[in-house]
Amino acid sequence: MQNPYLPYPVRIDEIITETEDKSLKTFKFVFLNPADEEKFAYESGQFGELSIPGMGEIPIGIASSPMEKGFIKFTVFKTGKVTSYLHAMKVGDIMGIRGPLGKPYPWETLEGKNIIIIGGGFAFTTLRSSIISMLDPDNRSKFKDIHVIYGARSPGMLLYKDELSAWAERDDINMHITIDGTDDPDWKYLTGFVPTITEQKAPPGNEDTYAIVCGPPIMIKFTQPVLDNLGYSHDNIIMSLENRMKCGIGICGRCNIGKDFVCKDGPVFTLSQLNNMPKEY
Amino acid sequence: MKLIKIDRQSLNDGIEKAKSAYRVFGPVKEKNDHEFKLLEKSEMPDLDFQNTRLSPKSIIYPQSQVMFTYSLDESKDDWRIMKEVENVKSPMAIFGVRPCDALAFPIVRRNFDTPDYQDTYWVKAYEATTFVGLACIDACGTCFCTSAGTGPFGEEGLDVLIIADGDDFYAKPITAKGESFIQTAGWTVEAESSVASKIDQLKTAAESSITSSVSTDKLKNKTILELYDAPFWEKEAFSCINCGTCTYVCPTCWCFDVQDETHGKSGIRMRNWDSCMFPLFTHHASGHNPRNVKYERLRQRFMHKLKYYVDKYDNGIQCVGCGRCIRLCPVNIDIRSICNKMNSFDAKNNVCEATSS
Ligand SMILES: Cc1cc2nc3c(=O)[nH]c(=O)nc-3n(C[C@H](O)[C@H](O)[C@H](O)COP(=O)(O)OP(=O)(O)OC[C@H]3O[C@@H](n4cnc5c(N)ncnc54)[C@H](O)[C@@H]3O)c2cc1C
Ligand code: SF4
Ligand code: SF4
Ligand code: FES
Repeated sequence: MQNPYLPYPVRIDEIITETEDKSLKTFKFVFLNPADEEKFAYESGQFGELSIPGMGEIPIGIASSPMEKGFIKFTVFKTGKVTSYLHAMKVGDIMGIRGPLGKPYPWETLEGKNIIIIGGGFAFTTLRSSIISMLDPDNRSKFKDIHVIYGARSPGMLLYKDELSAWAERDDINMHITIDGTDDPDWKYLTGFVPTITEQKAPPGNEDTYAIVCGPPIMIKFTQPVLDNLGYSHDNIIMSLENRMKCGIGICGRCNIGKDFVCKDGPVFTLSQLNNMPKEY
Repeated sequence: MKLIKIDRQSLNDGIEKAKSAYRVFGPVKEKNDHEFKLLEKSEMPDLDFQNTRLSPKSIIYPQSQVMFTYSLDESKDDWRIMKEVENVKSPMAIFGVRPCDALAFPIVRRNFDTPDYQDTYWVKAYEATTFVGLACIDACGTCFCTSAGTGPFGEEGLDVLIIADGDDFYAKPITAKGESFIQTAGWTVEAESSVASKIDQLKTAAESSITSSVSTDKLKNKTILELYDAPFWEKEAFSCINCGTCTYVCPTCWCFDVQDETHGKSGIRMRNWDSCMFPLFTHHASGHNPRNVKYERLRQRFMHKLKYYVDKYDNGIQCVGCGRCIRLCPVNIDIRSICNKMNSFDAKNNVCEATSS
């Protein structure tokens, strides 16, 4: 019997400060036992529990893609006890990771479809993973058009800036990068809130087009009517939830919404599913 | 399977013998109540009880349980690596489990022992345990086991059922585990064949001593949202003080929290029973709380037991009718009346046929 609460030991291999206010850092981890990397086989949309002995565990979406080998990455917003401690840790430090946990985005359904990714703020992490996976030469032909609408408050608050500009140069992905506002004269992308940009740039909804939406509640609230107007069926709108968690495996009882556990039955749900669930998120 | 007859002396002798092969737990009197305790050498269970204050849940699932240890000493090789505590369980036997509390274990097992993940701490303790039940002859006024999936002579979850008849006892083996407990205890005298009908009489009498019940037949037909949006939750929760007593005393409540505790350079990761009645249970780091208001938490407790569980497992309700939450709630919130309201709620007309008691 395998103990599902036992984390794999990992070493922090690299720390990247992502945003100008330093509130978001990306941590690259390497497994101490190489065999654990195989056991951690994951898909985009899943999450892990980062475990810091003495502090506790936190659920964080996996920001790296399964196409990237030899490490896993997480981007963490500094907010409370565990995340603040993690932000103060150094390259070389040892900690633990459990996972992969939860259900990924529904990749089998998404194959052969147009994909529109809509992200806001720091909820872009598993979306990065998804973009890297879809753009991989082995995978790109499995999808039709790919659109990405990603917004942040200001240029300095965007995650993964180098990758964003590299993707913007490509012709096999339509990037719509936007910020709430800036006085930077060199800003070369869009200005405006995510719902507005979605209205202007998103392709119309049809059976073959799926939207993956991750962001703060306010963004989701105003984006949904836009998608409704564009004709997206609620079966074709995919979201990822973040309820408070402990075990991550559907046992501790903490994260339920109705009869579903966000950790095990989610965190990915279609809007149709959410429509039939209590609004406890 | 054959019935065994045991007199008072052989009962005690058998329990004593069993202690050589099992750690034997049983009810003993503590202040005004009975509690399950590990029985010391020559200590005997006190069978003069209706039910224990707390169920034997904590023998399998301790209120606080160490899962891992770790070192924060940088000079050590295993610095910051979680190490599993030794988790080998020697055989245990719980003597005197009431049938309602016994049914709680298979209910809770659906949560801890799943096709995807096994909670190794719970599963190993459960598997190492033999459940020796004691039929109820005289139920409490708050018991409603007969409408909650079991009864005073219920067998589900038990390995042996013992029935007291004056100074005599009958033991009915239910599983192979139970057979070996009986063998270890050295109980070999087969009961005469007339005993079976006597037991039936005792059973019928015990069942008729249970006067309260819940109706659960229509819970399944309603949608989660119909019941969730029902108009009675705020009123039902009005007097609740969110003390969490109902969840702690409940044999079928299983929620827990995980915490690290460091002393100097070493520490433990442990889990502790938690309660959905507490606001912090669902509180996010951002300050947002999906169940921010008291009635939302009360609704969660009853919806979980009487609807979410029902829908998820299609195996009855997540309540065995022990009545503890009713007896111990400081403001008399009663799962029976809430269950009946939920069951009779007519979403179309927004009314309950059952009125509150
Ligand atoms: C599936 C999922 C994916 C997530 N992905 C990311 C991500 O990619 N990047 C990121 O920065 N954050 C992410 N979060 C949110 C992140 O888990 C919380 O910000 C984090 O747990 C806060 O921990 P803390 O100890 O700093 O906060 P404290 O307020 O001190 O919290 C104490 C404990 O409460 C729990 N907790 C508190 N808030 C949350 C919450 N919102 N969600 C879950 N558990 C919580 C944790 O167990 C935490 O250790 C995700 C959450 C979920 C559920
Ligand atoms: S025991 Fe009663 S008052 Fe306390 S939390 Fe439960 S229902 Fe509320
Ligand atoms: S909900 Fe109340 S009556 Fe039902 S098993 Fe729990 S404590 Fe007993
Ligand atoms: S986090 Fe424990 S059940 Fe979901």
